[in-house]
Amino acid sequence: MPGRVLVGVKRVIDYAVKIRVKPDNSGVVTDGVKHSMNPFCEIAVEEAVKLKEKKLIKEVVAVSCGPQQSQETIRTALAMGADRGIHVEVSGKDYENLGPLQVSKILAALAKKEEAQLIILGKQAIDDDCNQTGQMTAALLDWPQGTFASEVSLEENQIKVVREIDGGLETIRINTPAVLTADLRLNTPRYATLPNIMKAKKKKIANVKPADLGVDLTSRLEVLRVDEPPQREAGMKVETVEDLVGKLKDAGKV
Amino acid sequence: MANPLRAEVVRLYKNLLYLGREYPKGGDYFRDRLRAAFTKNKSVEDPEQIKAMIARGEYVVRELEALYYLRKYRAMKKRYYEE
Repeated sequence: MPGRVLVGVKRVIDYAVKIRVKPDNSGVVTDGVKHSMNPFCEIAVEEAVKLKEKKLIKEVVAVSCGPQQSQETIRTALAMGADRGIHVEVSGKDYENLGPLQVSKILAALAKKEEAQLIILGKQAIDDDCNQTGQMTAALLDWPQGTFASEVSLEENQIKVVREIDGGLETIRINTPAVLTADLRLNTPRYATLPNIMKAKKKKIANVKPADLGVDLTSRLEVLRVDEPPQREAGMKVETVEDLVGKLKDAGKV
Repeated sequence: MANPLRAEVVRLYKNLLYLGREYPKGGDYFRDRLRAAFTKNKSVEDPEQIKAMIARGEYVVRELEALYYLRKYRAMKKRYYEE
């Protein structure tokens, strides 16, 4: 029976905020913008807490990599029911270059250090949409992975995962320890209400540096440019079919 | 005086205030209406009536949580899943 679950949570720009690109096209405006926990990470935390409530696992540890503010995200996870948190402090240039490869190295190192038997992550972050961290973490640890999970059941020494794939649903059985990534329909995350947040203040958040874990944060990617999506052009109304064909020919489509 | 109930009312108010920050029409909009609703009933003495109002307040808490969840779920579904 898995004892300790690591849940990765990411601090992202809130889903309801209108994103603005910086004037120099180097990135997106983040200063003074509302941030919150990635929605898929919320689903991951909820699943871990549910497993603990069913007494199938013993401890839920919430992990986040980022600057000081990432602690707020860990606090939300603690308010949802995680037992303790680990804040991997990454700031400045390192944080700008932090991507799935670096995070998965950190998570793999932490999983070994904390002797975790299960890692649950959100399937992707709504800011970079990489959908890579779970897969890379499993590869680095040489653990099986159950990605896009819409249903998870713990068995003796294995996990049955129903995955959402293009054609429908795929059911697989994997050994523990394993990495799971949560999809939208896995569960309904609870809201972190004020009383729960107050109770969570007593829970501990450990502070760790990537160097302590022996992780190299150099990025192999360079962001060249960030652009807004093209503005949707106005449509045109035509009177007859001949007009339509004429316009299509003009546009070179026919 | 309805002393133990007073603590419950204050707790409810703080919970609603916290939840209302994310209200789609704006945290200020919600806070003004919340204050108005609570001050309107300031002088109520009957414990039964107060308990009923607290229950109504807790109902609003659950409604808000459901609203926030649905909003987020629908946004994610629209963005990531082609139907």
